[in-house]
Amino acid sequence: MRTCAESFDAYFLRALGREFGERLLPRGTDITFCDQVALIGSGLIWNIYFAALAVVIGFVLATGVALARHASSPWLSRPAGVFIFAFRGSPLFIQFFFFYSAFVLLPRSGVDIPLGFVTLTVQTSALTTAQVGGLIVLILNTTAYSAELFFGALRSVPKGDLEAADAYGMTGFTRFRRVVWPNMLRLAWPSYTNEAIFLTHSTTLVFLSAFPAQQQSGEAFYYARYFVDQTFNPFVAYPLVAAFFVALTLAIVGLFGLINLRLNRHLPRVARTRLRFRPQYIR
Amino acid sequence: MFSFCSDPSVLSGLPWFVCYLTSATHLDFYRAFGVVMLLLVVTAPAALAIGMGGAMAIRARFAPLSLLGKAYVNIARGVPDIVFFLFVPIALGQGIEYVLHHINCPDWDQPIRQGNDFLVCREAKMPPIGAPAWVRDAYAFGMAVLAFALVFGAFVANTLHGAMQAVPHAQIETAEAYGMTRAQAFRRIVLPQMWVYALPGLSNIWQILIKATPLLFLLGIQDVVYWARELGGQKTTLYSYPHPDWRMWYFLALLGFYLFLTWLSERGFGWLTLRLSHGQATAEGERMRRAAA
Repeated sequence: MRTCAESFDAYFLRALGREFGERLLPRGTDITFCDQVALIGSGLIWNIYFAALAVVIGFVLATGVALARHASSPWLSRPAGVFIFAFRGSPLFIQFFFFYSAFVLLPRSGVDIPLGFVTLTVQTSALTTAQVGGLIVLILNTTAYSAELFFGALRSVPKGDLEAADAYGMTGFTRFRRVVWPNMLRLAWPSYTNEAIFLTHSTTLVFLSAFPAQQQSGEAFYYARYFVDQTFNPFVAYPLVAAFFVALTLAIVGLFGLINLRLNRHLPRVARTRLRFRPQYIR
Repeated sequence: MFSFCSDPSVLSGLPWFVCYLTSATHLDFYRAFGVVMLLLVVTAPAALAIGMGGAMAIRARFAPLSLLGKAYVNIARGVPDIVFFLFVPIALGQGIEYVLHHINCPDWDQPIRQGNDFLVCREAKMPPIGAPAWVRDAYAFGMAVLAFALVFGAFVANTLHGAMQAVPHAQIETAEAYGMTRAQAFRRIVLPQMWVYALPGLSNIWQILIKATPLLFLLGIQDVVYWARELGGQKTTLYSYPHPDWRMWYFLALLGFYLFLTWLSERGFGWLTLRLSHGQATAEGERMRRAAA
């Protein structure tokens, strides 16, 4: 039997790959409680990786999609609406399957895109890995959900603020950056916090279906399922992974709460919108 | 299915596709869509019933019951659903076998958990040893329904509790002034009126439920995802209908199916909102009253 310190030493970075710690995962009756804590904890590295990158990139894209959806030209708003409906109306689980089976059809050597004077070769082999392909699916999904939130917020930007901006002679990008965007963020922030939590929880689906976990390096829930398969005892690993996720959720609430404070810093204390922890877990 | 399908190797073009799409395995695939609909049809009322129970428990005057209701709602909502979907069927299955074991084999002296094995006596196995395949399928499906109903029941309980609170309080006081008991006031005043307040929340939960149905696949049930993977994979000439890797198209069809379901329920809930707003003390109800006058 390993001691607790040995378990942590062997497995706390195992999720990064075989080179980081013990080559093989613990098996059968050899599994100790500390193994489960260390491995599931190390899986969180990937949950944080997927969630953080998807939130940051998705935020930028969602702002663009929401603006397109809000545009008066149907050439912009229609495609944005279709994109939002497609990704919000279908299960993320199926989206993972669809994109994975689409990515494996791409030629391994890369795709040549002739641009007239130069040919661009796009590397496609990475797309079939969860770290790239799965991340892309998550980004597209969170972009659609956040764009819908931002779109709703754009429509409720106070009329008086827009009139004030006009009166100051602000136009175009200046008006957007100084008046529209801060208002949009402030209005959407409480729901956007829930979206971030929601996204973090759905990172558990990445390795669950289509995308393979190479060298048995997966996220926290992947290891929890591995332990339940090995020990046939759901009463240790599942509560453990749930506890890790509760901690992660609280961290997100704290971080987004700080940003919320900054967004509302000019308002009197009573008027500030308070964050409410009301996540929805399934998408 | 059709008589000209007896020898697929000589077919090509449209007849090939017609025969391919009506092969026995494809009929199983279409039946799996029925399984998804069945799950929705069974789970929705079950979740509604559990949710109603949960909401009533939260409202109860008896403190332990109210506390129990709150604990159920917060635990089921605070833990990722996917953990619940995998946890409930295994935990419940082991729980049932554990109880049956103690009823049927009281003189069994070995521990139930030995290392990584969960050992119960022969009579305690669920589904029973030697049960026909459909019993085992029904048992697995029933477990899945229970897991779904427990998770979604918590969401529903939260929504219904909010809706009960939203019914104008003055109306309840009026009912009590007329001499109705608490139960009567609840049945005659709160229950008929709460639905319009609950509807936006319930419609959200329904949309989430639709999008959770592919998770059946994880519980080992041969659902649409299972068949899409089976049928779409590359088939060599050993098979009657050889084709390259078509999984992408199968999953595209599934995406289309779910989008259609979402669109349909959006329309359905829109219609229902209009129906329920009739004569209600809400903005929409007021608008309808004015339009009629």
